Amino acid sequence: MDIILELRDVQKHFRRSDGVVRAVEGVSLRIGAGEFVAVQGPSGSGKTTLLMAAGVLMQPDSGAVVVAGEEPYKLSAEQRAAFRATHIGFVFQQFHLVHYLNVLDNVLTAALASRAADAKERANELIKRFGLASRASHVPSELSTGERQRVALARALLNRPKLLLADEPTGNLDEENGRMVLDCLAGFAKEGGAVLLVTHDPKAAQVSHRALRMENGKLAGG
Amino acid sequence: MNIGRLIIREILFRKLSFALGVLSVLAAVGCLVGALASLRNHDRRTERIIAAKQAETQEKMELLADDYRRITLKLGFNVLILPKDQKLSDLYADDYATKYMPEEYATRLAKSRVATINHVLPSLQQKVKWPETGRTILLMGVRGEVYMRGAGQKPLLEPVQAGKIVLGAELHQGLKLKVGDKTRLMGREFTVAKLNEEHGTKDDITAWINLAEAQAMLGKEGQINGILALDCTCADARLPLIRAEIEKVLPDTQVIEFASQAIARAEARRRAEAEAVATIEREKQGRARLRSEREAFAAVFVPLVVLGCAIWIGFLSLANVRERRGEIGVLRALGVRARQVLWLFLGRAVAMGVAGACLGYAAGQVAIAGAEFNAPLLAAVFVGAPLLAALASWVPALLAAQQDPADILRQE
Repeated sequence: MDIILELRDVQKHFRRSDGVVRAVEGVSLRIGAGEFVAVQGPSGSGKTTLLMAAGVLMQPDSGAVVVAGEEPYKLSAEQRAAFRATHIGFVFQQFHLVHYLNVLDNVLTAALASRAADAKERANELIKRFGLASRASHVPSELSTGERQRVALARALLNRPKLLLADEPTGNLDEENGRMVLDCLAGFAKEGGAVLLVTHDPKAAQVSHRALRMENGKLAGG
Repeated sequence: MNIGRLIIREILFRKLSFALGVLSVLAAVGCLVGALASLRNHDRRTERIIAAKQAETQEKMELLADDYRRITLKLGFNVLILPKDQKLSDLYADDYATKYMPEEYATRLAKSRVATINHVLPSLQQKVKWPETGRTILLMGVRGEVYMRGAGQKPLLEPVQAGKIVLGAELHQGLKLKVGDKTRLMGREFTVAKLNEEHGTKDDITAWINLAEAQAMLGKEGQINGILALDCTCADARLPLIRAEIEKVLPDTQVIEFASQAIARAEARRRAEAEAVATIEREKQGRARLRSEREAFAAVFVPLVVLGCAIWIGFLSLANVRERRGEIGVLRALGVRARQVLWLFLGRAVAMGVAGACLGYAAGQVAIAGAEFNAPLLAAVFVGAPLLAALASWVPALLAAQQDPADILRQE
């Protein structure tokens, strides 16, 4: 099995006025192609920081992050951005859709960086796959929360990433929509991608191949 | 999807913010175009006024010339009475008569009541060295007019009082003398009584003093070397008639024509022309002063408006960046480069500048009645306004591009 994400003894601390917050403390983790890993833990345990470090958005203080065989933190800022565009997809609890763009254009924002030639065909295909074809010209304020998360999923998958990072993707959804999102993540893993999900949701952990627990910046279990 | 499309979609979504920015550029461009159009209008109006004034002056000058011609036709001769033995060649070579006659001749002529003569002006004239200044001058002693028709006659020439001196232009300009100044001439002290303006004749190097003083200074007591008889009124036959009449009274004299109509006419024309030129020049100066005041006002007002607008655009862009923080975070997470984020905001500012330039140029043209289309100004505004808007938005755009997506996503 190809290793898509590897974290080696990753550490990330934040200095604040009231002291040092040890958000991630010596975490090592490997996720292979086709693997769906869930990380659970209480708020402030360091899950989101771990996700950011894995997503090439936040450079760890020490340790190494390897994505698809490359160490992106050794690249320049511009190269890291290009790397994210082609290798990593993100799904957030708050969806983070662009208010003034319709569904199709929101999905296509992922192509701003990748400039993929078939972006529009791919976007339409994903919109269809997520049952949003009739909503393609609607803006986010005209969509239900479930539909918004599906748009976010379609956007995350537009550039055919190898790694999908999801931060509480079911946190704002009802059971049915939550199930649909988890099925989608599982489907992505089944197609050969790697998924790292951080969540409070126990059901989400049940769908995953491997559930890990994170407390005080340290990873346990699995 | 590309940055341009994203910019257009965002502008259509946040219309008010964009419209406020466009309004700001419109105000700046409108002020600039209006101020320049106003100055150009002023220049055109000035050209029209001056041209009209020149045409009017030309027309008046032609009328004046005709009037002078008619007026001077009615004037008599001016004649110069010289000693009979005076060679005219010497007179013209030396600029003064070298032979003398008694001053009493003038009185005799006046008393004779020659019908063709109205004014009698005796003079003693000689080219001398002004030893105190090292200049050669024509010294002219005059006693004013010897009246032919009693005290009621209007004098043509004022006498020079004893101790006073009247100077030609070359002399007072060269010696920097003013009225009231004291000066010494051949050992005598004189007070400057009058300064003559430039005539371009020998008058410019002439100094007029009292006749008696001149006679004493030149050792010619009781002598004169010319009698100027002015305003001789004879309808025809002119010089021979006057000559005959004078020779009857003063047999050992000769009479020549001197400074008659042509000279009077030319002098009158010259003065009228000078006044016309001065009037046009005054008009030009007045218009130039007005333009300079307008230009000075525009030079302060327009940059102030432009600066105000730039600050306003800067604030609008900053507000736009703050409002779109989440969007910036997610775009950066999706791999959009910092440079692309920078262009996202600068492109919006450029669009603001282009729209503002269009409307501002039109507003400036409409506001100033009669403003003409000015292609170079239009081109300058189309380049300048977007550039200014982009510069004003530069710092907010840079702040947007430098934002850390991880920070944004953690906080949102």
